[in-house]
Amino acid sequence: MTAAPASRTSPDAPAPAGTRPVTMAQALNRALRDALAADPAVHILGEDVGTLGGVFRITDGLAAEFGDRRCTDTPLAEAGILGTAVGMAMYGLRPVVEMQFDAFAYPAFEQLVSHVSRMRNRTSGALPLPLTVRIPYGGGIGGVEHHSDSSEAYYMATPGLHVVTPATVADAYGLLRRAIASDDPVVFLEPKRLYWSKAPLDLDQPPAALPFGRAAVPRTGTSATLITYGPSLPVCLEAAEAARATEGWELEVIDLRTLVPFDDDTVCDSVRRTGRAVVVHEATGFAGPGAEIAARVTEGCFHYLQAPVLRVTGFDIPYPPPMLEGHHLPGVDRILDAVARLQWEADWIPGTEGRPHA
Amino acid sequence: MTVLEHTGYRPAPPPGWQPRTDPAPLLPEPEPYRLLGTGAEPATPGLWRELYRRLVLGRRYNEQATALTRQGRLAVYPSSAGQEACQTAAALALRPDDWLFPSYRDTLAVVARGVDPVQALSLLRGDRHSGYDPHRHRVAPLCTPLATQLPHAVGLAHAARLCGDEVAALALVGDGGTSEGDFHEALNFAAVWQAPVVFLVQNNGFAISVPLAKQTAAPSIAHKAVGYGMPGRLVDGNDAPAVHQVLTEALDRARSGGGPALIEALTYRLDAHTNADDASRYRDEEEVAAWRGHDPLRLLEEELRRRGELTDELVAEARTAAESFAAGLRERMHADPRPDAASLFDHVYAEPTAQLRAQHSRLRAELAAEAEAASAPGGGTGPGRDAA
Ligand SMILES: Cc1ncc(C[n+]2csc(CCOP(=O)(O)OP(=O)(O)O)c2C)c(N)n1
Repeated sequence: MTAAPASRTSPDAPAPAGTRPVTMAQALNRALRDALAADPAVHILGEDVGTLGGVFRITDGLAAEFGDRRCTDTPLAEAGILGTAVGMAMYGLRPVVEMQFDAFAYPAFEQLVSHVSRMRNRTSGALPLPLTVRIPYGGGIGGVEHHSDSSEAYYMATPGLHVVTPATVADAYGLLRRAIASDDPVVFLEPKRLYWSKAPLDLDQPPAALPFGRAAVPRTGTSATLITYGPSLPVCLEAAEAARATEGWELEVIDLRTLVPFDDDTVCDSVRRTGRAVVVHEATGFAGPGAEIAARVTEGCFHYLQAPVLRVTGFDIPYPPPMLEGHHLPGVDRILDAVARLQWEADWIPGTEGRPHA
Repeated sequence: MTVLEHTGYRPAPPPGWQPRTDPAPLLPEPEPYRLLGTGAEPATPGLWRELYRRLVLGRRYNEQATALTRQGRLAVYPSSAGQEACQTAAALALRPDDWLFPSYRDTLAVVARGVDPVQALSLLRGDRHSGYDPHRHRVAPLCTPLATQLPHAVGLAHAARLCGDEVAALALVGDGGTSEGDFHEALNFAAVWQAPVVFLVQNNGFAISVPLAKQTAAPSIAHKAVGYGMPGRLVDGNDAPAVHQVLTEALDRARSGGGPALIEALTYRLDAHTNADDASRYRDEEEVAAWRGHDPLRLLEEELRRRGELTDELVAEARTAAESFAAGLRERMHADPRPDAASLFDHVYAEPTAQLRAQHSRLRAELAAEAEAASAPGGGTGPGRDAA
């Protein structure tokens, strides 16, 4: 897994030596490998992470290279995996646990909320828990029921956790290295539909560990700001491209990278310049991450706003069956539709939410 | 006779099948293991007298803590009166490097392990979630969500073994807690990993109001061990020497690579669930009276008397130590703790986030304004609790 397969899509620009197209899955695998090599305290635990290399192959080859004491197939019990990881961290180890899918992390929720998130606080700093919980999340891969949830709001609402989600191949490496090195617990949400996305990267000279709380601005613009993260980043970039082509709008796109801590500065700097903002995510809208983000933008940028902060999110429904997920996931058209409603004229253009179209 | 037998069809066993473990050696004893009244001798001279002193102190500690709830000095107290043998033996069976994983009812075990009682009671006093440094005495924080401490004990024991350290973990849980999923997951992980951990179930008959018959249909809680592939042991939880011996053996075995064990100690909660509970709603006085006849302190006292070891000197010495312990605790608990509101933002993360820093400075400003108002002429909040 660490060796990149023969390149299918060669990057347009001539790449530096050693650079080749790498998938996000490969970058994550390499980050785990490098972390295991750098620190003997790092231990990987999870279901099928050993011999099989994980159902998404993110731990491929690690048990073979580091032994099954460092990369361990556990019994099939998520609370047990996370609960024992707590004890291991108490003893000075640095566990990295894999939850097989978003919805299968729920059995571990009590351990996460009642212990992982607050152990440092309740012991006045005596028992920090340096552990990482990796969770493949989100839809768009045709997964059947319980394989496509966007569960980030639960974790964001839990003080004491860092909530991190990469959207690019390089960030996947840099953020995972930082997560494992963190002395706080990190919920590391891996957008599973981007596992196979590719970007040129030199894995032998990997990017530095990225600090938390710094959003990226992969596209600058002046008309409005799209605030997004994880699986929705490529959709937003596509929408921004289309907005320029069709309407001449220059959309700025912000990739939050870490939901907790939240980078108010980058977000507000942008919205103060553009005066308009749309938050885009797959998670359900009601009480979802976008509600928090919209509130923060409104508090921080009120006098600069030309329009209410809008949200383009999944519907407020249980995640649909795969044949219908295309209707649920925020797509380019819905994003463009929201941008069109950002009060470009003085009149309010009613949206789709319960109001008839004008 | 089944249809298949009738036709003479005899399938071979599935390929590769063989029993995985012989269950017989894992089965608990048919009757609770006892030492008192059996003619057995102490494992080490003086051990039973030491247990006696500690039971006297433990009983006095429970009385004092309960009294502190009436004086408004503890928010709540889950008494371990009647369970002192389990709690004391648990602490004494541990070696210094071992770890203890207690629940809310186990402050006596925590104190017996050497933690300052005022610090052990912080959670129940309400000034902090956990008042002691877990590393100092190798005692995990008191755990309230039932059975969730058990996987922690397994993970710590497993980590110690990975590090090559001869360390065992002792995890305490109540009978009700054995119904929780985390109990199952912890025992299963422990057995699969052969982690050096011992689970002690204090079966005190009730989970708040619910009796054991409504928790499990197993022959005993100790029998559950067999299903995980670890030995189960059943012990009279009010026989302090027996609990001490069973725990010592299990911990020694765990430390030396023999794997985990599940121990069920039969005991009884003499007090209500907490000071806020009314036990008369779910149990009879006769039942309590019967258990008072099987009180751990009384059983040990009788044994020492039979052996001629219950000297006036020992009784006086134990009583004096217990009284001075209780007096010290009472006096220190009557001081008003003054937890610092500005500390609310400490230790949420290693480094506070920008949002927490902003909330912190808002609270600091509020506190400063309050302090200013209080010190202004005509200000102040009236007499404090001490003066009232
Ligand atoms: C997960 C969870 N559910 C419910 C409670 C509320 N609760 C506190 S103590 C208790 C009874 C526990 O009984 P048992 O495990 O037998 O221990 P005991 O209190 O008798 O020592 C309950 C239901 C809790 N603390 N945690």
